[in-house]
Amino acid sequence: MAKKILLDKINIPGIKSYEVYRQNGGYASVEKAIKTMTPDAITEEVKASGLRGRGGAGFPMGLKWSFIDKKSGKPRHLVCNADESEPGTFKDRYLMEHIPHLLIEGMITSSYALGANLSYIYIRGEYMWVYKIIERAIKEAYAAGWLGKNILGSDYSLDLHVHCGAGAYICGEETALIESLEGKRGNPRIKPPFPAVSGLWGNPTVVNNVESISNVPWIVNNSGEEFAKIGLGRSTGTKLISASGHIKKPGVYEIELGITVDEFINSEEYCGGMIDDRPIKALIPGGSSVPILPAHLIYKTAEGEDRLMTYESLSEGGFATGSMMGSGGFIVYNDTACIVRNTWNFAKFYAHESCGQCSPCREGTGWMEKVLYRIETGHGTSEDIDLLWDIQRKIEGNTICPLGDAAAWPVAAAIRHFREEFEYHIQFPEKVKNRNHFVDEPFESIKHLVTK
Amino acid sequence: MENKNYTQVINITPELKSRIDELISHYPADKRKSALLPVLHEVQDAHDNWLSADLMAKVAEILEITPIEVFEVVTFYTMYNQKPMGKYMFEFCLTSCCSLRGAEDMLEYACEKLGIQPGGTTEDGMFSVVGVQCLGACGYAPMMQLGDFYKEHLTPAQIDQIIEDCKAGKIILHDK
Repeated sequence: MAKKILLDKINIPGIKSYEVYRQNGGYASVEKAIKTMTPDAITEEVKASGLRGRGGAGFPMGLKWSFIDKKSGKPRHLVCNADESEPGTFKDRYLMEHIPHLLIEGMITSSYALGANLSYIYIRGEYMWVYKIIERAIKEAYAAGWLGKNILGSDYSLDLHVHCGAGAYICGEETALIESLEGKRGNPRIKPPFPAVSGLWGNPTVVNNVESISNVPWIVNNSGEEFAKIGLGRSTGTKLISASGHIKKPGVYEIELGITVDEFINSEEYCGGMIDDRPIKALIPGGSSVPILPAHLIYKTAEGEDRLMTYESLSEGGFATGSMMGSGGFIVYNDTACIVRNTWNFAKFYAHESCGQCSPCREGTGWMEKVLYRIETGHGTSEDIDLLWDIQRKIEGNTICPLGDAAAWPVAAAIRHFREEFEYHIQFPEKVKNRNHFVDEPFESIKHLVTK
Repeated sequence: MENKNYTQVINITPELKSRIDELISHYPADKRKSALLPVLHEVQDAHDNWLSADLMAKVAEILEITPIEVFEVVTFYTMYNQKPMGKYMFEFCLTSCCSLRGAEDMLEYACEKLGIQPGGTTEDGMFSVVGVQCLGACGYAPMMQLGDFYKEHLTPAQIDQIIEDCKAGKIILHDK
């Protein structure tokens, strides 16, 4: 069996409860940290671990912690980003639902490292039953003395609460999340200042993903050096992958970074291969925002190397022939999927979720949705593909937050790798009227009809 | 339907007030506004799943902020309803991964079964069916949200059963 850090205890009956979690070694990292380690020593361990942010950006977590302003004397906060909303991603929910105390333990140990005395878990409003699970688990942790004043008789005190959103993808962006936590609309802030200097209520704040924080107990218990031995190269540790789409066994899997994409998709231990053994057509390895890969670039890179489940290998070839690890939202498409339809679907998502602050994103996402819709429904013109390319190019890099890029990249990648499919929709409008057009007649079998 | 002036009976019960106070206590004393999103969820759940302008003004009063501060939040976040919705609101995720596994078919099936259009509400006010953006259940598609819970791996037969259970009062909407 592959190495597990986060899910190694997931099958213990009752692990959701405080008692069982504690009996199985839970909260040991809090004891070790508070009784034997200085806050800075913990940050050093996290730095040594090489752990990279698991929300999507992949920024080194220890480095992010080291930016927190300790000189101003203002109160500091740790905010856990549990606003999991990236299409294709459902791993944080799995952790919180099945082993909620792991996140709470991580929050306490991490808050101690940052010198935060008031911390929050911001969870998306749709996960309301998970919010209740976390709320009850926090009450258990208070009752057992892991939260509140003078934890374990030390002079360290921490209050931890869970806060819920109300249906806004943008609140997964850390400054929008902070705005939302302050009871406002989720409009991202201009950086700088960064949250590490001025975050929640103007105080120094670190925002970390659920999975990132849940790795901290293991790092404190076993050392950053041991963590860095797991994985491959600069992709250290394990990663939760949310697998969905046309595979036999969708679900959440913990993998050791460095296995091949082939193994992940086709082995019995993970996705179990393709549904009905149909051919694979495309892969989005890291959530809807990252570039889609066509079949010939899934198992091998453009250089002919095995494509691996690491930050480096998934992005090998840049946007021309690679993609990104992102959030680990792994969406697999077989030959019945329509890439134009899928791209329109995502464009609709981003148009709906744009906060409206920056005009390139507010207007551009709407335009992309409309143009893609007309192509998909057989009303496109030959100029539309270039028009789409032009719109996405004008959004990318021209907005306050990365939502603009996230909306532009999938469109660019779809045109880059699947241009013929767009052309087919324009040349054969009658054949795409039915939304299941490629279910009835996969594109692979009819692509010779496209004329240049 | 859009132009009706709906009225709403506002009733901040002692239980609701005490839950609101608990939520406010999670933030520093001078940051009551931070409790706005969680408080709005509780208030909406206790008021037939929607928030009238009067109810928003009441929330503003409790949190010691202005009504516009509540209104601008209610209009930003999709989970707050500004008009009455069905008691049982079927929210089908239609984003990519669910779409690949037949989400549109499920939404259309539910609409046909209930005799309404997407976004519509049955005349008795019991059911609404809406299409929504990614709910984070991509591996368990097709699915819908119903109250505080998800119904996953949906089939037409299961939708039939859920509708029957709603009519029989067997569905728990909120985990209080």
